[in-house]
Amino acid sequence: MDINEIIKEENLVYRKSAVLNDKVFNFCPGCGHGVVQKLIAEVVEEMNIESEVIGVGSVGCSVLVYEFMELDVVSAAHGRAAAVATGIKRVMPDKYVFSLQGDGDLAAIGTSESIHACNRGENITMIFINNGIYGMTGGQMAPTSLHGMKTATSPYGRNEAMGHPIRMSDVVAQLEGTYYVTRQAVHTPAMVRKAKKALRQAFENQKLNKGLSFVEFVTNCNSGWKLSPIKANQWLDQHMLPFYPLGDIKTEGVIVTKDK
Amino acid sequence: MAELRLMKGNEAIAEAAIRAGADGYFGYPITPQSEVLEYFMAENATERTGMVVLQAESEVASIYMVYGAASTGKKIMTSSSSPGISLMQEGLSYLAGAELPCLVLNVVRGGPGLGDIQPSQGDYFQSVKGGGHGDYKLIVLAPSSVQEMSDFVPLAFDLAFKYRNPALILADGAIGQMMEKVDLFEPIPRKTEITEPWAVKGKQPGEPKRTITSLDLDPYGMEKHNEHLQAKYRAMEENDVRYEAIQCDDAEYIFVAYGVSARICQKAVQLAREKGIKAGLLRPITLFPFPKKQLAELADRVKGFLAVELSAGQMVEDVRLAVNGKVKVEHFGRMGGIVHSPFEVVAALESKIINV
Ligand SMILES: Cc1ncc(C[n+]2csc(CCOP(=O)(O)OP(=O)(O)O)c2C)c(N)n1
Ligand code: SF4
Repeated sequence: MDINEIIKEENLVYRKSAVLNDKVFNFCPGCGHGVVQKLIAEVVEEMNIESEVIGVGSVGCSVLVYEFMELDVVSAAHGRAAAVATGIKRVMPDKYVFSLQGDGDLAAIGTSESIHACNRGENITMIFINNGIYGMTGGQMAPTSLHGMKTATSPYGRNEAMGHPIRMSDVVAQLEGTYYVTRQAVHTPAMVRKAKKALRQAFENQKLNKGLSFVEFVTNCNSGWKLSPIKANQWLDQHMLPFYPLGDIKTEGVIVTKDK
Repeated sequence: MAELRLMKGNEAIAEAAIRAGADGYFGYPITPQSEVLEYFMAENATERTGMVVLQAESEVASIYMVYGAASTGKKIMTSSSSPGISLMQEGLSYLAGAELPCLVLNVVRGGPGLGDIQPSQGDYFQSVKGGGHGDYKLIVLAPSSVQEMSDFVPLAFDLAFKYRNPALILADGAIGQMMEKVDLFEPIPRKTEITEPWAVKGKQPGEPKRTITSLDLDPYGMEKHNEHLQAKYRAMEENDVRYEAIQCDDAEYIFVAYGVSARICQKAVQLAREKGIKAGLLRPITLFPFPKKQLAELADRVKGFLAVELSAGQMVEDVRLAVNGKVKVEHFGRMGGIVHSPFEVVAALESKIINV
């Protein structure tokens, strides 16, 4: 096939979702945030629910989500996206409502709002970007930072006095209000495909009205980690994934038990 | 239908919200306003009108649930008392910045800190000067009766939507807790269709997407947004000042007081006049916008003003700015939950203004 053949409409195998516009993402090259926003756009487009979706952005590197997505979006204060999403969903129960939050946002300043939205079983989709660090503010320690991890506020490594990394998905899976909890990653094509399925499930679940769907994405923050994108992905595989193992943690309201 | 009932201020405001067609209430218990949420629940507000009532996990959560729900163009409210309202200040700044209408009730108690649960007016600064960050204003209404607790609910919603701005009803523990006869207005059905062109509802085909945010990283854009907000606040000052003037026409001395203090001053006017002192009362109903012009006009023909507040002297600063040195302005206040007697108020007028 030559180029003229390839660009024919009938040979199209992939196109950017129309739910994403042509603005250039503000993320550092190689960052997982962009992949996750792309997946949200694809899922919304494939479900054909653009006109029924209200997104809730948070404060962190994804703050400008309303710039890139052709969706109605409400921008929450730092940590409060779960409360904002609750407010929207409660008065607009027929809409699909999702929140998009970083680990500082969801698991530090917004822990209370996040836990209680999960515990009430708000019928929303919470999307959690766990990159083990505060990206937006310049790479400070997050509640998810691993033991020994060097950040701007733990320059000699996170020690015990600074607390322990928190597995938020495992925490919220314990709550009766969560219906689906899964941990995914997006730094390899295979993982992206799996993650998209999980995300789609989390959106589909809103139709069931059975509780909250929580999708964690373990991602890189190559700027904060001070690694090249490739090295950051390797570091993610070697250090993040052993502590934050991928896979479904709770499905249909039941915690998945791993056979030993 | 309209109805006459004996009610607590806190109950009246909840009943009024149901009747005003409120779509959502999010709140967290705190004395002396817990009856608001209790009333919604006991009255089965959701069954009556379909409105959402939800007990939040904190006042921080309440105000952001309000923020989310208000983004949809619906009539949304919360209520709390002083410490809880302090927790909401960041949210109020966001609501004002994103230009979202909503109603917040503060039944003020004694402070600072945990303070006590008695009536106070110590939250005036926080309410009218912007207790959160940035240049913003709330529309602030001060009821001085249980009747006004009811009447100000539809009024506050109207003003909030007129200006796309949060409105605050600033009551005090006395107005919230006392029982009075209240003439409840005819119920207004909840809106069935949201026509606000800014409200999120899911991006409609062929229409631009809608965004609710207070962020603009471009400083020129942010300055423009601030200028737009300031123009709105000036329009409020131009068009929506509300006050009540009681026996001001022939008065030589004016009490300036709002809320429960205004009730006490009404009695003080009577006591003073019995003593031959020509006293009057100017009761600001909107604390922002403040009746500056009315005070400035009175300053041209009276001998002095006494601001009477349940605080160390907060509103008195705005009275002084309005009077601008033309005549004497003094403050008389009790603090910590103590309410002044009308006799004390008259004595203060004599000692601080007349006999000096
Ligand atoms: C009340 C408040 N505190 C602090 C901040 C500053 N702040 C902005 S983003 C952020 C952390 C973001 O980290 P995370 O949520 O992990 O998202 P990421 O940028 O890594 O995607 C902080 C502390 C803020 N905006 N508001
Ligand atoms: S700072 Fe980190 S999280 Fe933020 S865009 Fe860059 S790589 Fe991504």
